[in-house]
Amino acid sequence: MTTGGQIVVIIMIMGGALSLAAGLIWVERRLLGLWQDRYGPNRVGPFGILQPLADAIKLLFKEDWSPPFADRSVFLIAPAVIFATALLSLAVVPVAPGIGVVAEWNVGLLFFLAMASLGAYSVILGGWASNSKYSLLGGLRAAAQMLSYEVFMGLSLAGVVVLAGSFSLAEIVRAQADLWYVVPQFLGFVVFLIAGLAETRRLPFDLPESETELIAGFHTEYSGMSFGLFFVGEYIGIITISALITTFFLGGWHGPLLPPLVWFLLKTLVLIAVFVLFRAAMPRPRFDQLMAWGWKILLPITLINLLVTGAVVALP
Amino acid sequence: MVFVLRSLWVVLQHMFRKRETYRYPEEKAPLPPRWRGRIVLARDPDGGERCVACYLCAVSCPVDCIALQATEDDQGRRYPDWFRINFSRCIYCGLCEEACPTYAIQLIPDYEMSEYRRDKLVYEKEHLLIEGPGKYPHYNFYREAGVSVGVKDPGESREEEPPVDIRSLLP
Ligand code: SF4
Ligand code: SF4
Repeated sequence: MTTGGQIVVIIMIMGGALSLAAGLIWVERRLLGLWQDRYGPNRVGPFGILQPLADAIKLLFKEDWSPPFADRSVFLIAPAVIFATALLSLAVVPVAPGIGVVAEWNVGLLFFLAMASLGAYSVILGGWASNSKYSLLGGLRAAAQMLSYEVFMGLSLAGVVVLAGSFSLAEIVRAQADLWYVVPQFLGFVVFLIAGLAETRRLPFDLPESETELIAGFHTEYSGMSFGLFFVGEYIGIITISALITTFFLGGWHGPLLPPLVWFLLKTLVLIAVFVLFRAAMPRPRFDQLMAWGWKILLPITLINLLVTGAVVALP
Repeated sequence: MVFVLRSLWVVLQHMFRKRETYRYPEEKAPLPPRWRGRIVLARDPDGGERCVACYLCAVSCPVDCIALQATEDDQGRRYPDWFRINFSRCIYCGLCEEACPTYAIQLIPDYEMSEYRRDKLVYEKEHLLIEGPGKYPHYNFYREAGVSVGVKDPGESREEEPPVDIRSLLP
């Protein structure tokens, strides 16, 4: 592809992800409303679709206050980190055959895992630099949660890599032309979905910011647009995880009749709706339950899954 | 795992339920008649002010938001010279209505009193006094009361004996 074409693709994917993230704020609130027998935002524009715009204007005009006891430079960098890492991991996702920023990159999967680990820094630094008890507790929880769930996240993808024989995401999608990996790698799919929820700190795994006990956890002290960055970063994280589940397990762009791009978007949007459904339906676990669940159930499951997959592939 | 799927399914079914929301400015929630909202001062069925300025409401108010000044007309009928309720403080508990001996002060089902300025929430007597008897259409305090203020003479109310002539020795 030419450099010009590449830049157009980059801009389109970035712009698409950002506007999707903004739209997602509205979609999530409407869907939550639907599932809780109420309406959600329906006043600003048709069906309330301009609500994120109104929110953004409100956030921009709010005072961006950083507390005097905070470590100011780190405090300001932290929200940018999560925003950047979430957007960067989207670069390795193949949207359609030949379309994607660096979809053919032969270490795409590792790059995504690396970005997920870096994203953990954002919340930890944010919680640490805020220098208040609630933020620190939120940051600590985020650290423990994201580090442990990253383990299964990586391991659950190992099965996919074994089957596809490549770390390149485009290659993985091409290998699913006949059979989506959700069938042979069902356990991997479930574990990756749960780990993805934990990694984006979404309900039911939003312990780092659990409102009921920690006010807002690691972003308690944030206001104005730096809070907005955390907020949008979370939504981009959801988009990224959904896009990646689509890529790894649901056959990416593969699908009958409709064009590949439409299939990809459709699968991603359905997954996003599932994420919202989780938020609407699930209670938040206790922190020790979260940890026990991860290490005592998910880790063995992934290891068994990897072992069986390896055996099946290795046997003639 | 099963319980997770079950709760997801239960929540998903709510997609097809009726929504509970009242779309407020267009569609109002039905309020029961005894709903405690905006406070009014009612009048007798004859049109006289019911309030006898006894201060019981002001005393009973837990947040001290009622203020008034008693006065009398030339026939001895007590009434408030001015009567002020600060609705920015009122908690709509209804204790003033409980305390009032004459059914004068009443809470009615109306909550649409928003203002852009806080001082506009201080209601004076002319804002509070309404034309009718409110929730108690037939009650008239001075028809039952023992004193005569030009409404009736002593002994004329429903359950009252005529006054005893204390100078007569007859039984
Ligand atoms: S409703 Fe309660 S708070 Fe309001 S004026 Fe009456 S006694 Fe006071
Ligand atoms: S409103 Fe009722 S309680 Fe209050 S001063 Fe008048 S008569 Fe007394």
